Amino acid sequence: MKVSLHVNGKSQEIDVADPSTPLLYVLRDNLGLHGPRFGCGLGQCGSCMVHVDGHATFSCVLPVTAVGDRKVTTLEGLMEGGKPSKLQQAFIDEEAAQCGYCISGMVMQAQALLNKTPNPTDDEIRRHMEPNLCRCGTHAAIMRAIKRAAVA
Amino acid sequence: MTLRRVVLTVVVVGILVALGGYALMWRPAIAPVATSAKAHVDRKAIDHGAELASIGNCADCHTSANGAAYAGGRPIPTPFGTIYASNLTPDGETGIGSWSEEAFKRAMRDGVDREGRQLYPAFPYDHFTHATDADIHAIYAFLMSKPAVRNAVPANDLASPFSFRPIVAGWKLLFLHRDALEPDSTKSAEWNRGRYLVEGLGHCGSCHTPRNALGGEKRDRAYAGGVVEGWNAPPLNASLVTTHKWTVDQLAEYLSTGWHRLHGAAAGPMADVAKNLGRASQDDVRAIATYIASLSPGAEGAKALVPAGGKVLTDQPADVVAIYNGACAKCHNDRHDVGPSQAISLSYSTAVQQPQSANAVRVVMHGIESYRTDGGPYMPAFAGILTDAQIASVVQYVRARYTDQPQWTDVKSQIAKARQEGVQP
Repeated sequence: MKVSLHVNGKSQEIDVADPSTPLLYVLRDNLGLHGPRFGCGLGQCGSCMVHVDGHATFSCVLPVTAVGDRKVTTLEGLMEGGKPSKLQQAFIDEEAAQCGYCISGMVMQAQALLNKTPNPTDDEIRRHMEPNLCRCGTHAAIMRAIKRAAVA
Repeated sequence: MTLRRVVLTVVVVGILVALGGYALMWRPAIAPVATSAKAHVDRKAIDHGAELASIGNCADCHTSANGAAYAGGRPIPTPFGTIYASNLTPDGETGIGSWSEEAFKRAMRDGVDREGRQLYPAFPYDHFTHATDADIHAIYAFLMSKPAVRNAVPANDLASPFSFRPIVAGWKLLFLHRDALEPDSTKSAEWNRGRYLVEGLGHCGSCHTPRNALGGEKRDRAYAGGVVEGWNAPPLNASLVTTHKWTVDQLAEYLSTGWHRLHGAAAGPMADVAKNLGRASQDDVRAIATYIASLSPGAEGAKALVPAGGKVLTDQPADVVAIYNGACAKCHNDRHDVGPSQAISLSYSTAVQQPQSANAVRVVMHGIESYRTDGGPYMPAFAGILTDAQIASVVQYVRARYTDQPQWTDVKSQIAKARQEGVQP
């Protein structure tokens, strides 16, 4: 069946066999957007996180047919004029990645926070970032990156 | 009688009850004691008090979000306005540091603070009347052993006339019963212990017994289920709709871990109850389970069991089925309870089987996220993933597929309420 999606500012039409296909699979497999990653597939780890109408959302438990006309933004969609956004650059500058698997989701979750709260406290950052897991223990660097982007 | 006379009679009776109550319930101030004068070193009493405070779930109300344990300040929503839980740490000025054990005991049983002011019955002294002197001594020793935290609690925000404290005296005259719990020699010691804890410190009826318009528990409908903070506190008696009758073993496991594969996960206000019971004496938890299981005798096999995989439905809209398959069935599938989410079969779920949609809607919208700090079952919050209309249609789909009950009629209003409540801490 045909599904139209609004992703990173563009409307696209995609053919899916199963209407319950997760948005994540369509982003990666049909649209070649490899920012969001498959981690647990159960909405537990946050590595698949994208924005749906500005809300940080697990794309692995959102069926593509349920997106409707809501606007989807992936890590790629944060780029500004072909360059990393302020927050993405802050992650690069702070080397806030070890294996890097969780980072796309971390950036999306953090961006959602900064959109609402441009200068969050440490406590607000910790609470807001709770849904996103990092097995490497990069949390301190991630905190620094978010704060760097907040004040920059 | 004319309406005028009825109104007049009600007003006069109300005033008499309030005045009579105040006269009867008036208590003098108890002299303050110096904090240093109560250097409790009775380690045994402190440890026992900690376990009893876990059974009483004291920390849940008396700790604010991100605040120090027992330092109070948490807003407690009631139908009459917001009450702020008091600071139970031994701080001399803002806590109960200047309270003697006598003053503490009086507060627990009579609902009066050290200075003689009436305490609102959001503090369940109507249950603590049953607590023994020894248990109150242990809880007092435990609280006095906590670090003193200076935290001035905000003033209550109650509508008139409830903001006038002496009115509580009238309430007590009507609803504060002081009848003793005589041991029932026909029952086991474990059952009697359980009853003592459930009726007393555990104050289970505070949520699980319906309340009347004045906030008193309806004693003739004990454990028939209530509503607390928007959540439905299911019945603990035989009126509970369930596909498996609760056994003592199941209750003991659920109460101490917050999860049972044949019933579901403790969520909403019950999540903290289970978290605290996990820290209590497990013999006591078993006693509680023994007593609660006895409240629903003969419920075995009373309800038709929908198969674990649900019914086969052919008349459901494809878009709703797609949402169920893509969002819910990732975890709620035929490997149901063994996955990392501990997702149970939805036909076993208490939330899905209840006549009200309050809990099903809230679990879907707020998720079960306490696992991040406490372990246990997990469910993502779908409030930001699905739209309100999608949530409404998928919970009704679950209701149709996994129960023999009629469709819910309160889904839309519950979703709107849950949106207002925001994400649970």
